[in-house]
Amino acid sequence: MANVKYEHVTKRWGNVVGISDLSIDIEDKEFIVYVGPSGCGKSTALRLLAGLESITEGKIYIGDRMVNDVKPKDRDIAMVFQSYALYPHMKVYENMAFGLRQRKTTEAEIDQRVREAADILGIEKLLDRKPGQLSGGQRQRVAIGRAIVREPNVFLMDEPLSNLDAKLRVQARAEISKLHQRLETTFIYVTHDQVEAMTMGTRILVLKDGIKQQIDSPQNLYEYPDNLFVAGFIGSPAMNFIDAKLVERDGKVAVDCQDFALEVPEDKAQVYRQHLGKEVIFGIRPEDTHDADYFPTGITKSLVEARVDVTELLGREVVVHLASEHIQFQGIFDPRTEARAGNTIDVAFNMDSMHVFDKQTELAIR
Amino acid sequence: MITDRIKMILSGLPTHVVLIGLCLIWLIPTIGLFVTSLRPFQDINESGWWTVFAPRETAGQDVYEKYLAPYYGPDGKAVEGVDLFDPELIGEFRRSIELTVFLREQVEEGKVQLEELPDTQEMTELLAYLRRVSGVEDAASRPRFTLDNYIDALMGYRGRDSYVEDCAAGEQALDLNCNITDIMNPRGMGRAFVNSLLVAIPCVILPILFAAFAGYAFSWLHFPGRMLLFALLVGLQIVPLQMTLIPVSRVYAQLGLNGTFLGIWLFHTGFGLPYAIYLMRNFIGSLPREIFESAYLDGMSHWTVFYKLALPLSVPALASLAIFQFLWIWNDLLVALVFLGGQKPVLTYQIGNMVSSLGAGWHLLTAAAFISMALPMIVFFALQRFFVRGMLAGAVKG
Repeated sequence: MANVKYEHVTKRWGNVVGISDLSIDIEDKEFIVYVGPSGCGKSTALRLLAGLESITEGKIYIGDRMVNDVKPKDRDIAMVFQSYALYPHMKVYENMAFGLRQRKTTEAEIDQRVREAADILGIEKLLDRKPGQLSGGQRQRVAIGRAIVREPNVFLMDEPLSNLDAKLRVQARAEISKLHQRLETTFIYVTHDQVEAMTMGTRILVLKDGIKQQIDSPQNLYEYPDNLFVAGFIGSPAMNFIDAKLVERDGKVAVDCQDFALEVPEDKAQVYRQHLGKEVIFGIRPEDTHDADYFPTGITKSLVEARVDVTELLGREVVVHLASEHIQFQGIFDPRTEARAGNTIDVAFNMDSMHVFDKQTELAIR
Repeated sequence: MITDRIKMILSGLPTHVVLIGLCLIWLIPTIGLFVTSLRPFQDINESGWWTVFAPRETAGQDVYEKYLAPYYGPDGKAVEGVDLFDPELIGEFRRSIELTVFLREQVEEGKVQLEELPDTQEMTELLAYLRRVSGVEDAASRPRFTLDNYIDALMGYRGRDSYVEDCAAGEQALDLNCNITDIMNPRGMGRAFVNSLLVAIPCVILPILFAAFAGYAFSWLHFPGRMLLFALLVGLQIVPLQMTLIPVSRVYAQLGLNGTFLGIWLFHTGFGLPYAIYLMRNFIGSLPREIFESAYLDGMSHWTVFYKLALPLSVPALASLAIFQFLWIWNDLLVALVFLGGQKPVLTYQIGNMVSSLGAGWHLLTAAAFISMALPMIVFFALQRFFVRGMLAGAVKG
């Protein structure tokens, strides 16, 4: 049980920067997800914490202890690797017991802990097998089991689900969340999959090029992205970005998107009025882009005309690729929609969920 | 259903024919050598191994009838004063060359008008026939198969008959005692076999052990100059062994290592290491990095990681390396000749000594060859699954 703190942590290999000036506070018992595209430094951030890489600048604390110079084995952490890293020549039981043996735990306690962990993960029957005889999902459980028996203060997981097939991944996601609730330990989880991040994390750290973009709860990341990158990274399909200008029209603030101008709702107008005339990027999520005939009640809608390029029926919803003269964007429509490729239809934007970003700094204006 | 089967068999036929052909190409000489090594040396001299089950009573009779019967008659008594079937006369001819000389004299004395003498091989068969019919030799009692060649080779027997016969007759050579201690006779294959083992086993274990250490260090320990040192070691592979014979030999002479096992262990270890390190580094380096990191997190030291993870996981590479190194050491003559020579003869050296410069004693060679083949063949068949895997070692992950 421990909180974790990164203090101005930088990692460089020669001239290559892995992490630059990362400062975060992770509370005890949190489930933090590091997310970002590949090469963003999320794994490096985790490996720095694990002690598998040395820190160039800054400090990392686990609990109250500064661990920069503490060996990995003494940091009281356990890590689950992407490839599981099971010892192929040892049986499952031995795999799980191995770390404890190194720590001179008594045989009785080893046995008790291994069986307990196996029970939690439902792998009691696999204890006598070797990793080569297990399926991907089973190996992944063993890898987690190996971490559990250590009873660490912090669990580190480096993309533990990326080698599983889609169905198993959904199942394992829920299981890891349950495990977190059960063990009441700090979890740090690295993934490139924003769905995993959104569903599992109590808070999410978004990284890009080794630089912290935003750290917040999934809900806040989704609703209040700090910048263009976070807005585009979180959510699928990605948010629509349209080059625009903040203008005043008939005494009201509007977003001029070249092909159409959209009126900003009253409650937001106050903020944007200070930025009139500014070049901005207008952001609206596909799920806030509706067919004008089927839109939810209670939203501040703004109607525009658009041509339908492609429709993708997903059953529960239809992803519609739309275009007006200069812009292209996507909408997620109610499946009853009559939009067909080639038609021109009315589209309703939910302006309550609009985002505006400064075109220069790419930061959100709000 | 049945036609499918036939089609399947037929489509596999060319492959099978080629495979069987290849097997035969390998097998026939080997079987020939093996059968020969088990035949009495008189038989080896007279006939090929494929006649091993042919009736011996009539062997050579055709030669007699072709050349000599017209003059000496079917009973060998037609020419006056000469009885070709007389055991006393024939008993004098121990080698076919002596019979040739006798027949040539007969022609010169004008007793017979032999226009053409039998050639060497025919002469051998002829003599064997005459010795048999005259009763000098009891061919029927001579076994078709015998272990005499092996015993002679192992004991280092160099006489005219065989070790067993000589010992039974009590006329053994000076260096033989006719008891089990003869197996350590410095002229025999038995001693040479032991010497070869004494050379090969440490020469296999030492470089592989060091190479495993080095392979781990080069892959997972970070120290300055690591790549440079590794490149240097890889580069050492191209140094021809012959180039170092003289300098090493001079150093050994000063250190008193010439003619000692320690000297040859060091030499083979040194020359085995560059390639062994290269292969081990590539193999250990290709093991998944995460396994090692996981082990460090589990609290293992480098030493524990080495013998609990790296070693067991690189068994395929170790095995293939061991096989190749073993075969090379076992078959090496040059290094053994230079650094051990006759003081501690190894198999390759001793085989060379088996045959006299005139080519006599090659029946011993067949047995000696089989003695020296036995161990590599056992090693090969026992470890062949590693052999195949090992050829890919370092190239792809095992």
